Amino acid sequence: MQMPVPNPAILAKKAAVVAALRAVLPADAVIDAPEETRAYECDALAAYRAQPLAVVLPRTTGEVAAALKVCHGFAVPVVPRGAGTSLAGGAMPTEDAVILGVARMTAVLEVDTANRFIRVEAGRTNLAVTAAVESEGFFYAPDPSSQLACLIAGNIAMNSGGAHCLKYGVTTNNLLGVTLVTMAGEVLEIGGPWNDAGGFDLLGLVCGSEGQLGVVTEATLRILPKPEGARPVLIGFDSNAVAGACVADIIRAGVLPVAIEFMDRPCIRATEDFAHAGYPDCEALLIVEVEGGEAEIAEQLGLIRQIAMRHAPVEFRESRSEEESRKIWLGRKSAFGAMGQINDYVCLDGTIPVSALPQVLSRIAELAKTAGLEVANVFHAGDGNMHPLILYNANLPGDLERCEALGADILRLCVEVGGCLTGEHGVGIEKRDLMLTQFNGVDLEAQMRVKDVFDPLWLLNPAKVFPLDLSAERRC
Amino acid sequence: MKPRDESELAEAIRAAAGPLRVAGGGTRPVVRAQGDALHTNGLTGVHLYEPAALTLVVGAGTPLAEVEALLAGERQRLGFEPVRWGALLGAVGESTIGGVVAANVSGPRRVQTGACRDALIGARFVDGRGEVVKSGGRVMKNVTGYDLVKLMTGSWGQLGVLSEVAFKLQPAAASEATLVLEGLDAGEAVAAMAAALGSPFDVSGAGWMPDVGAMLRLEGLAESVAYRVARLSAALARFGTARIEREGSGALWRALGEVAPLHGLAGVVWRFSLKPSEAPRVVARLDCPVVLDWGGGLIWAVLPEGIDARALAAPYSGHATLMRGKGVVFQPEAPAVTALGNGLRAKFDPRGLFSGGVGDGI
Ligand SMILES: Cc1cc2nc3c(=O)[nH]c(=O)nc-3n(C[C@H](O)[C@H](O)[C@H](O)COP(=O)(O)OP(=O)(O)OC[C@H]3O[C@@H](n4cnc5c(N)ncnc54)[C@H](O)[C@@H]3O)c2cc1C
Repeated sequence: MQMPVPNPAILAKKAAVVAALRAVLPADAVIDAPEETRAYECDALAAYRAQPLAVVLPRTTGEVAAALKVCHGFAVPVVPRGAGTSLAGGAMPTEDAVILGVARMTAVLEVDTANRFIRVEAGRTNLAVTAAVESEGFFYAPDPSSQLACLIAGNIAMNSGGAHCLKYGVTTNNLLGVTLVTMAGEVLEIGGPWNDAGGFDLLGLVCGSEGQLGVVTEATLRILPKPEGARPVLIGFDSNAVAGACVADIIRAGVLPVAIEFMDRPCIRATEDFAHAGYPDCEALLIVEVEGGEAEIAEQLGLIRQIAMRHAPVEFRESRSEEESRKIWLGRKSAFGAMGQINDYVCLDGTIPVSALPQVLSRIAELAKTAGLEVANVFHAGDGNMHPLILYNANLPGDLERCEALGADILRLCVEVGGCLTGEHGVGIEKRDLMLTQFNGVDLEAQMRVKDVFDPLWLLNPAKVFPLDLSAERRC
Repeated sequence: MKPRDESELAEAIRAAAGPLRVAGGGTRPVVRAQGDALHTNGLTGVHLYEPAALTLVVGAGTPLAEVEALLAGERQRLGFEPVRWGALLGAVGESTIGGVVAANVSGPRRVQTGACRDALIGARFVDGRGEVVKSGGRVMKNVTGYDLVKLMTGSWGQLGVLSEVAFKLQPAAASEATLVLEGLDAGEAVAAMAAALGSPFDVSGAGWMPDVGAMLRLEGLAESVAYRVARLSAALARFGTARIEREGSGALWRALGEVAPLHGLAGVVWRFSLKPSEAPRVVARLDCPVVLDWGGGLIWAVLPEGIDARALAAPYSGHATLMRGKGVVFQPEAPAVTALGNGLRAKFDPRGLFSGGVGDGI
């Protein structure tokens, strides 16, 4: 992965930049000692690293604005950072950039169950948002698997999803407003506890803009009443194609489960060895979860059973207790951890039309075979968001490169069948150079014009999202 | 001008000498642009419909009625609830799907499955430079690049002309029922609707019409609806005994979506999107005929001409649009936000083709 050469003029200004930041921020909010900034050299795409010029950790919107004004004045790039769990390198610094982390801004500012929203500082973790409203019977719907660690700020920047977004939507569908600080240090309120914009939908633009349009410091989020109950079923099949057909039939039949998750054999094997969830030994497995009162759950599961039986499943396991539900989800939830135990892996994130599922899975198997690498699949099947995990050995010279080449081939395949490069992880640096497979130059130019408006100097997270050669003239 | 496809559309825009008045079906004459008419109703046709993937891609000029009929044939519907404002706004003509998108038209189901903006998964448009731009795609989950789809939704044609739109669909409800709480005034109705929307019973519509009362819609599989009707009625007992409307449910929500109680009233039409709990006080201050949707988060009001409804209603958290009548169409925004909007206009429409004549508003 290529990154721009750090600007020597900025590296030379380091002392002055740090001093100016110290002048406007509390002493403990500016970090520049190399042994301390090292903790910020990468995100969860850990193969790529660079040590930032400095790190600032403000506690208020005012401090964020002050820090940005300083960086703007020196024309120093800024990389906003949440918890650093991005799988796309979105939060990875460059050596000539200041990291601006919002992790110290964790407060709950307002809970309003009558109007069904919560306002929080953007450094609060995803799970802690739900924790703040749970006792009143509410929850925040988007639930990335990283929810214990990742911050609302990162979720907004990446427009993150989760297992339950089939029913509840992703971040952008649950975001009502933000406080946004522009690179010039101006504080804007966009949206609020009402529906939709009165003018242009700037909120929709900011969500998913990967930290390139402004720094989010506060967020107003929609909260939902908790359903009365939820129950998963586990359905095993002896081929991926049959499992894929079953997914299509469930969707077609008019049941709307909250989640349909898919695991293939390599993934089932690995998680079984690791988590001992008691999964059947089969080619493909679905976890389908439905919600509601007892009678509603029974009605939906009855329909799903009927549909599944037409596809001759090797197993149909309905949970009959909390404990059984937990076990059904256990393997799925530990899938990434399990793969990490046995191998290094890269997790892809393309989306495909649900109808192309069987075809894409067999193509992936062929591509993997040709590349001599193993691929395990675990993904959100209801909406076609795939997560092929390519296993490789980081200690084997050339293996990472082979793995990346296979990854690129798989993502191209996703685009070819009508899908996209990323369903929820974002482009970051990882998919930046593949953007022209999905868009043409005019499409990307239109997107870059939006950045021109918000950040005319291209200082916010500049080396991400757009192919470097396309953005070269704009990045100073 | 009536281009028949995207390249003719691009050609027409490139060749335009001055402001254009973009017209879909002409049923939402909110933005009163001037200039040569550019009709989008030649950009029709179903480009892709995959029921098993809940995906529809159509030309932006396709009539809404055609889209709805097509989907109904497969017992599906759009992932939001499109509604018709024509009769309210005194416009004749047939709604096009692109017009629905340009105005982010979102009916009662807004409270459950979201707005038009939430169901739109892809769009193609021609900007003021005459360039064809694509954003999003045809899959349900897509975070590849900036979400220009959201920017275009509700932009009232000020940044470009939509040529193709792609939607997420949903299965049509197998059954529905509406709880009607009669005799509640608008203020009491907001409290009842808040209680319903805060319950786990998955309410898919919460509105209030004069002479009807508060209405709460439940949709889904038959047994599930029956179960929730009973539970929700019990939960709302303190607001009175709910009348259960089954056969008549659909008609009630059509009337609410079209804002039927306000049809034909003299005066100007305002639409407030606001924090629901503020609705009772705003309604009292406006003191005029109103209809409520979105649990009180949406107020339709008819006021005499010449009254500044925003000043009359203040304070409120949200925004008001003047839908029919003379005056400032859109809620004025903070200067820095306005500056961003103007910056986007300058980038996407540098010749001012689409916003040069936009209303008296912006
Ligand atoms: C094990 C694991 C499982 C995961 N599962 C999922 C999943 O199920 N679904 C999913 O969608 N993702 C998932 N992710 C990816 C990741 O967790 C999400 O992208 C998450 O939203 C990132 O949040 P973060 O706080 O860690 O942000 P970071 O990684 O710190 O940053 C992410 C991006 O946000 C920008 N940013 C951060 N803070 C701000 C701010 N204040 N203002 C503006 N921009 C900002 C950064 O510049 C960067 O571009 C997973 C990651 C891991 C490691």
